[in-house]
Amino acid sequence: MSATAAPFDAVAAARAWRPPPLIATRWLRWAIYLGALLYAVLGVATVEVNWARAAEGLERGARFLAGFLPPDFLTKREDILEGLLESVTMTVVSTAIGIALSVPVALGASRNLAPLPIYLFCRAIIAISRTFQEVIIAIVFVAMVGFGPLAGMLTLAFATIGFMAKLLAEDIEDIERAQAEAVRATGAGWFSWIAWGVLPQVKPRLIGLSAYRLDINFRESAVLGLVGAGGIGDTLNTAFDRYEFDTAAAILLIIIAIVLACEYASGWLRRWVQ
Amino acid sequence: MAVSTAPDGTPLWRRRTPRGDLLVWLGWLCGVALAVACFQFISDRTIWMFVWDAPQQGADLVGRMFPPRWEYAHQLWKPLWDTVNMATLGTALAVVIGVPLAFLAAHNTTPSVVLVRPVALIVIVASRSINSLIWALVLVIILGPGELAGILAIALRSIGFIAKLLYEAIEEIDPTQVEALTATGASGAQVLTWGIVPQVMPAFAGITVFRWDINIREATVLGLVGAGGIGMQLEASINTLAWPQVTVIFALILATVLVSEWVSARVRHHII
Repeated sequence: MSATAAPFDAVAAARAWRPPPLIATRWLRWAIYLGALLYAVLGVATVEVNWARAAEGLERGARFLAGFLPPDFLTKREDILEGLLESVTMTVVSTAIGIALSVPVALGASRNLAPLPIYLFCRAIIAISRTFQEVIIAIVFVAMVGFGPLAGMLTLAFATIGFMAKLLAEDIEDIERAQAEAVRATGAGWFSWIAWGVLPQVKPRLIGLSAYRLDINFRESAVLGLVGAGGIGDTLNTAFDRYEFDTAAAILLIIIAIVLACEYASGWLRRWVQ
Repeated sequence: MAVSTAPDGTPLWRRRTPRGDLLVWLGWLCGVALAVACFQFISDRTIWMFVWDAPQQGADLVGRMFPPRWEYAHQLWKPLWDTVNMATLGTALAVVIGVPLAFLAAHNTTPSVVLVRPVALIVIVASRSINSLIWALVLVIILGPGELAGILAIALRSIGFIAKLLYEAIEEIDPTQVEALTATGASGAQVLTWGIVPQVMPAFAGITVFRWDINIREATVLGLVGAGGIGMQLEASINTLAWPQVTVIFALILATVLVSEWVSARVRHHII
């Protein structure tokens, strides 16, 4: 039995089905694998790690974590509250301004609505706003308007424009043309056309994105304080600088809790809209 | 689609009932009032005198930033390489940890819905809600300044991102394929490798490249808190008010991000 089975197995193995590889072209696949390997070797080799310092850090880390416990919510209660209020207000205002400004930019950045010059101009706004990390933009705004939540608010509003306008423009470019044309055929002007033919089609997406961006803006507002742009990050940075790790732990826990709440709320809102 | 009647008896089409109209307006009123109240709060904490001369300050800043000191670019290639490394190695590390986590968190692959899934979800949320800059701040204190802190910070933040999107993809797979495999008598591991993994592979590749692209951006600022990369040079240049150098750094960051975005768009375009 086994003597006859062996060649059969070999044939079967040769003809056995294999899942198609992710990258279909053979040479490209191997080139990518090889390149990745080469890069991994080079990359890991050039990372300078001070292992002595890292090993020492483990012990330091243990002490550091001990410093985190128990979280101290009370000693700096007022500072934390002030920072939180700043973060929340920054988030709300920047999201509102950002959305209000991103809708016209999105309309301009949709190839099916806007003429080429306007399209390119709006796409350029989006590209600039999306390229730089919020923190870098915050540095520039802090240099311009001084320390405080206003700089943070401007930063977040600026970042919101790029994010919302890009995703919204993609959605506008995918709309059902027939509906928009039907509105046009009734003799509607440009504004009625946008308001009745285009916007209703992208409304669920607009609301979903707004909720998502609100969530992102709050999370970002927690770091802008590191460069002086106000918010809970300012309080957190101060706590770290003063080695008040128990207060820092409390702030981190509060951030996690609020982000969790935001996430649930925005998920619920998106389900409700769709 | 409510209809009201005009005084002369002709029916008028209206989008909402009067009550609905009122509610919508009330909603808008509350929203605007909230935004204005919040702005009032911010405005109280702003020294408006500094804001009014912002255009001047801005012009002054731009004046100092130009012409850029291009010679400085020679000192930036190594930090730039480090930045890309931090993003790539951090993403790789996050994939190694995030993928098993995603399988633990997905409804249809988790070993236990009651015990394992909530733990995995909490890990994902904790990782996602803390920005990599804050992770870097903490890690620099523990490990000392350097790229290692940056790599770990990127990885810690990305784990949650990758795991969340991947577990959602796993939950959305076509169950009939899995059922067909189970019907052939395939073991759990076989179902996983032949039934589930091929279905989420495109999503996985897309998510990873997308996160890598984001991580390049994040890695450029981690140096501000001492976690290596080009951000260290940025911090040093800003602190010494060497604005012509800042321009060069901004230009390099812009170029890097554009390249990474192009790569990620190409890869995702190929997959989808």
